[in-house]
Amino acid sequence: MALATNTKRRMVTASLVAPAVAWLFIFLVLPFIAMLVFSVGERAPEGGYQPAFTFAQFANLPSRAAAFWNTLFLAPVGAFICLIVAYPVAYYLAVKANPRYRLLLVSLVIVPFWTSLLVRTYAWMYLLGSRGIPNLLSMVGFDDVRILNTHGAVLLGIVYGYLPLMIMPIYVSLEKLDRRLLEASADLGAKPVSTFFSITLPLSLPGVMTGLSLVTILLLGEYLIPQLLGGGKVFFIGNALVDLFLQSRNWPFGSAIAVTLVISVVFVLLIAMRIAWKIAGTRQVDLV
Amino acid sequence: MTVAKAAQTDQCNLKPQGTNVTSHSVNDIEFRSVSKSYGAVTAVSDINLQVPKGAFVALLGPSGCGKTTCLRMIGGFEQPTTGDVLINGKPMNGVQAHQRPVNMVFQQYALFPHFNVEQNVSYGLRQARPKISAPEISRRVAEALEMVRLGGFGKRRIHEMSGGQQQRVALARALVNKPSVLLLDEPLAALDKKLRTAMQIELQTLQRELGITFVLVTHDQEEALSMSDLVCVMNAGRIVQLAAPQEVYDKPRDLFVADFVGKTNRMAATVEADGATLRLADGSALSIGERSALPPGAVTLALRPEAITLHRQNQSISGRLSGVVTHRIFLGSSVEYSVSVNGLGNFLITADRHVLSESSLVEPNERVVLSFNPDAAHIFPA
Repeated sequence: MALATNTKRRMVTASLVAPAVAWLFIFLVLPFIAMLVFSVGERAPEGGYQPAFTFAQFANLPSRAAAFWNTLFLAPVGAFICLIVAYPVAYYLAVKANPRYRLLLVSLVIVPFWTSLLVRTYAWMYLLGSRGIPNLLSMVGFDDVRILNTHGAVLLGIVYGYLPLMIMPIYVSLEKLDRRLLEASADLGAKPVSTFFSITLPLSLPGVMTGLSLVTILLLGEYLIPQLLGGGKVFFIGNALVDLFLQSRNWPFGSAIAVTLVISVVFVLLIAMRIAWKIAGTRQVDLV
Repeated sequence: MTVAKAAQTDQCNLKPQGTNVTSHSVNDIEFRSVSKSYGAVTAVSDINLQVPKGAFVALLGPSGCGKTTCLRMIGGFEQPTTGDVLINGKPMNGVQAHQRPVNMVFQQYALFPHFNVEQNVSYGLRQARPKISAPEISRRVAEALEMVRLGGFGKRRIHEMSGGQQQRVALARALVNKPSVLLLDEPLAALDKKLRTAMQIELQTLQRELGITFVLVTHDQEEALSMSDLVCVMNAGRIVQLAAPQEVYDKPRDLFVADFVGKTNRMAATVEADGATLRLADGSALSIGERSALPPGAVTLALRPEAITLHRQNQSISGRLSGVVTHRIFLGSSVEYSVSVNGLGNFLITADRHVLSESSLVEPNERVVLSFNPDAAHIFPA
């Protein structure tokens, strides 16, 4: 009897989990294996892939150093600027805002998400282009200011596009912060600034780390913003991949770049997770 | 007004013991017609309270009676809407929590989860200006941990400690700052019964040894009665009675106190024109006893369960009330009976076991006779 119910329960569990497992296997694990195989192969003469076993593609990685550099520099810097902008907003929403309007204010943060990032980035393209802000600046005497197609424009687009993704996890961690801890800190003689740096900030670090890794990881694969706001100049790995797979049809080299990217993301994530655990003193920190 | 907290309290502690005698006249805490409202809701209305130095006061009342609000106004987490709160004779209007010479043990302790025990306890000392030297801090932290019998636990993380240990950490974290007043917000609510009783004794001993004023908020009347030397019974934002525990129990000021503190049997009755006879609801008459004449009219009689004696019917006692035992609750050292009396409803009676030892316990459904000394009854206007 007990055995029967146990088996039955296991069957139910298996049937509930199966679709997700199948999905992940077909659309994540298999492609990744394919990518690994491609990355040690060769480009067929007419483009695409032909079987081989060579590390030539990986040896060729330095030829795309600019894309790696742009991505590995601008993604963390962009995420960090996001953090600087997002933390005060999240703090205001979670701690200072009148609870009656809190929901409204939080939804104002999310509403821009309802419009396509493509449309919003196009708007920035126009704003930063020669008929936008530079045009206004020339009216007050600053001629020949170029914003579009610079690192700065890409950074601006990144911060604009990813800000809500940074605000939300920080907001959540600040919102569930036990207010009595802040009172206890004040009760023990700590000034508000001191309370912030010894209690509030450390205890919201899990949210900060979640936001940082979420934004950084998504930025590593970013394609749209550098394409539109960086012109041909600020290339991300995402743009390099599109170029290699769709234009030059060098699948093995594209795969080698993608594999390198995935491995470095996993590596960065593990380190970030370790740091977050250490600071928060618990393992109750989920990064993604 | 921004006197550093630790420095201020240190001065208090440096006073020779002798001067404390004269400062007995100084109240550690004083409420002067304090009211607190949140919008249209009045949490505390017109409270006047004086807590003498070194007293152990319990603010006792049902939830929502305003006791926690009072405590938070002493701690500086709430400001009175009107009136003044004074600590050591100084008005505290506008003085922030971090500037007050009091410390609090929070409900559920509010220990900092990202610090270990030692870092939690030293937190207050690390905030003090002028700075306290590191060796001095670790000396005092060790001393405080020793005091709550947690010596050697300094490096433990908070989540590795049991509920009772966390309670002690919270206590050490507050006491290490040598506050002139310690505030305790339902400090024992999260502990099991055995631990709670042990902590009650410990808290009481600690308070006697340190001579610090303790203000305890609790809804548990047993806790208030057993630990404090002054009980402040509150209801609906007001103080109903402020007296020693025994007096609160023996001479409740009104029906609310009689009901809330301990168990009480209530009976509706009428005082006859002679002012000395009570007519009970079942029509029987009862002499009031030795107290002075009462004005005629409707009253409520309150009787403690232990003030009533239970007799078997075959015993030749001319009791006033006869009834049937409906329930019996065996409590170990004592027995509680619920007795249904004709025309008067249910009575709760507590009997010591040794009193009954000459015979077996009274069984449910057995007919019994109840007697009580009229002087033991409290009479309140209905």
